[in-house]
Amino acid sequence: MTGLGEDVPLTAGAIWRRTLPVWAALILLLGATLGLAYVPLGRFATATALGIAVVKGGLVMLFFMQLRKPDPLLRLAASTALFFVAFLLILTFADVLTRSAPSQPGTVMPRSQPELPATGQRGF
Amino acid sequence: MSEAALHKPWRSLRRQREAAEFGLWVFLASEVMFFACALTGYAVNRVLWPEAFAAAARETNVLYGTINTGILLTSSLTMAVAAESARAGLRRLTLVCLGVTIAFGLAFLMVKGLEYAEDIEKHLVPGPGFRLDQPAAQIFFAFYWLLTAVHALHMTIGLCLVGTLLAQAWRGSRPLSSPAFEAAGLYWHFVDLVWIFLYPLLYLAGRS
Repeated sequence: MTGLGEDVPLTAGAIWRRTLPVWAALILLLGATLGLAYVPLGRFATATALGIAVVKGGLVMLFFMQLRKPDPLLRLAASTALFFVAFLLILTFADVLTRSAPSQPGTVMPRSQPELPATGQRGF
Repeated sequence: MSEAALHKPWRSLRRQREAAEFGLWVFLASEVMFFACALTGYAVNRVLWPEAFAAAARETNVLYGTINTGILLTSSLTMAVAAESARAGLRRLTLVCLGVTIAFGLAFLMVKGLEYAEDIEKHLVPGPGFRLDQPAAQIFFAFYWLLTAVHALHMTIGLCLVGTLLAQAWRGSRPLSSPAFEAAGLYWHFVDLVWIFLYPLLYLAGRS
């Protein structure tokens, strides 16, 4: 257990060798997400774009924000927010995606299109 | 040098560094919740009005957005190198990389300013005379202005932080072994992280 990772690079060359590949991967992923945005992927377009964003974010967190270091305290603090964001999204969409006008008489539906059956299939 | 960086309640620099990073992560967790609220609002409205959001997203300038993403990713590289070289005691590399990070940050804000000017010219500000017919397109642009403005504010704060550290490292008033370099790096990378998610949501939606 090295705590905050004592194997830190000590020379400029070692530092660049550790960080440049991560940057190159990030730029490649940026090109990929830009290119894929113009490919008609239908309902998978948003999932693809967000999936690439998650991979990019993961690279930044692991390598630039040092979560690769085996420090449970920092990993715990960093994952807490994601845990509660998951709750936020699940509870919000459990409401939004399951609403249908007839089940809630008097509710004004904020929708500009004709009513669609609430199948839960309208997500993104 | 490490003795000068060590402060009172901690018995070792390693402990002090861990405490600084832990504190930063707790702060960043609250920042994540802040941005997550706005992004959940965006997601709910996009589910309700998918066509209007796609049409509105097509009006954003994808060239400026992509350039800015590249700038931010590269600034994260130089910030990471600055933090690691400070830790390794490489003074010159630290100063150069902090300076380059500030330059990239200013470039980002400049591009953003050009983009804002173009958006205003194209009547993409919600309100009377808005460019698109669908009413919900204005909701997209309300989120666009809110999210990018709050992000730019974070960038400005980050620039002040990095600028302060650069001045302190230059004068020698802050030892390079101080945990502040890594802590400022965490904040900078977080601002980058937010943009990584804003980019596909605001610029790439509805392109195909």
